[in-house]
Amino acid sequence: MQTTRYEAPGTIADALGVIAANPGAMVLAGGTDLLVQYQSGTRRPSAFVDVKRIPELMRITADADGVTIGAAVPAAEIGAHPAIKAWWPGLVDGVHLIGSTQIQGRSSIGGNLCNASPAADSVCALIVSRAVAIIAGPSGQREVPVEKFAVAPGRTVLAPGELLVSVRLAKPAAHTGDGYQRLIPRTEMDIAVASAAVSLTLGADGVCSAARVAIGAVAPTALVVADAAAALVGSRIDADALKKAAAAASAAASPIDDKRGTTAYRRQVVGVLTRRVALIAADRAKER
Amino acid sequence: MSKLHIQTVVNGEPSEFLCSADETLLSALRNGLGLTGTKEGCGTGDCGACSVIVDDRLVASCLVLAAEAQGRSITTIEGVASGTTLHPLQKAFLQEAALQCGVCTPGFIVAAKALLDVNPAPKEEEVRYWLAGNLCRCTGYDKIVRAVLDAAAEMRSAQA
Repeated sequence: MQTTRYEAPGTIADALGVIAANPGAMVLAGGTDLLVQYQSGTRRPSAFVDVKRIPELMRITADADGVTIGAAVPAAEIGAHPAIKAWWPGLVDGVHLIGSTQIQGRSSIGGNLCNASPAADSVCALIVSRAVAIIAGPSGQREVPVEKFAVAPGRTVLAPGELLVSVRLAKPAAHTGDGYQRLIPRTEMDIAVASAAVSLTLGADGVCSAARVAIGAVAPTALVVADAAAALVGSRIDADALKKAAAAASAAASPIDDKRGTTAYRRQVVGVLTRRVALIAADRAKER
Repeated sequence: MSKLHIQTVVNGEPSEFLCSADETLLSALRNGLGLTGTKEGCGTGDCGACSVIVDDRLVASCLVLAAEAQGRSITTIEGVASGTTLHPLQKAFLQEAALQCGVCTPGFIVAAKALLDVNPAPKEEEVRYWLAGNLCRCTGYDKIVRAVLDAAAEMRSAQA
């Protein structure tokens, strides 16, 4: 049987070199997906490339314009970061729902993005805040909006030899709030049956001036629902606007039918979640 | 393939072991270092029986590669007591009879210690959420949660 190697490069350049030199190598961040897949035999990398010794992947840097989150920073650190808590409480909602305390000690948004599950809990919140993925590769660096990062379940825009370095979030406008919720059959430790994130900005008159809505677990990838956002913009997040946004989210969903939820159920629930999360986002927008 | 030589600190003591590239930290602790207090439950990060603290962060050691421990500091259940003096959490688990078969107990105690290290006065709800990744299939959770709250109170009064 093929033997697996372990490599722990200390720089992005070294990591790209190790990835290039080891066809079939896989990047190891928190390991909460990869090591489970390895133990079950579904993934057999030629090498584990542990990226947690690379400073750019392990730090959160905040400045006046926003925050850059290293791709391998654990969820627990993201959820405790003062600027992230202040500016993107919806992202904190998301990372606090990823597995248990133990899992949050390891799981990263880089892993959440690269594993490319349509139910990934951090991704919808990143999408509504227009996060940008920063990718290093043999021919230099490129940036991809997070909403375009996953292309299918388990598949991303990363080309062979590329490495997700970080995710950049621009500081939100004044009176912007966000939120994320998912439905699972129990209180903790499960995968979303359906999920929704909303970010919206309120004008001084309380009228919504900008909105973004993303839904998860109801399509092959997380979806941006422009019609749901359009229903919120120009409203005071009143019952009529919420009803239209919910209907738009339900209409945009194309969920699968499985043991965890039927197509019809997921479609309905994603609308309910969109409505609830829009109210949370509006409350948070008022506070900011 | 040759084994990797890993140098680490376990329960405050410099420690070294040999491991293969795909060996888990759980396996290295149990089989390499003979620290069998850390248990294997599910092996997939769902049950918390293998909980250890790596550099102040609570993790499931079944989902950590042993090689990742290079230069890190690890606390296992064997490092929770001070010599022959039990930690207040261990005393409280005995006092409340918060265990039956005992397989989940080391994980619960290590996880609860990680909570009390950052939050000396958790509310019951906070304890329950923090321990949501630790599964017990015989005692039930009420006695465990009570033991953690009792230990926290005991530790606060000892500090006062």
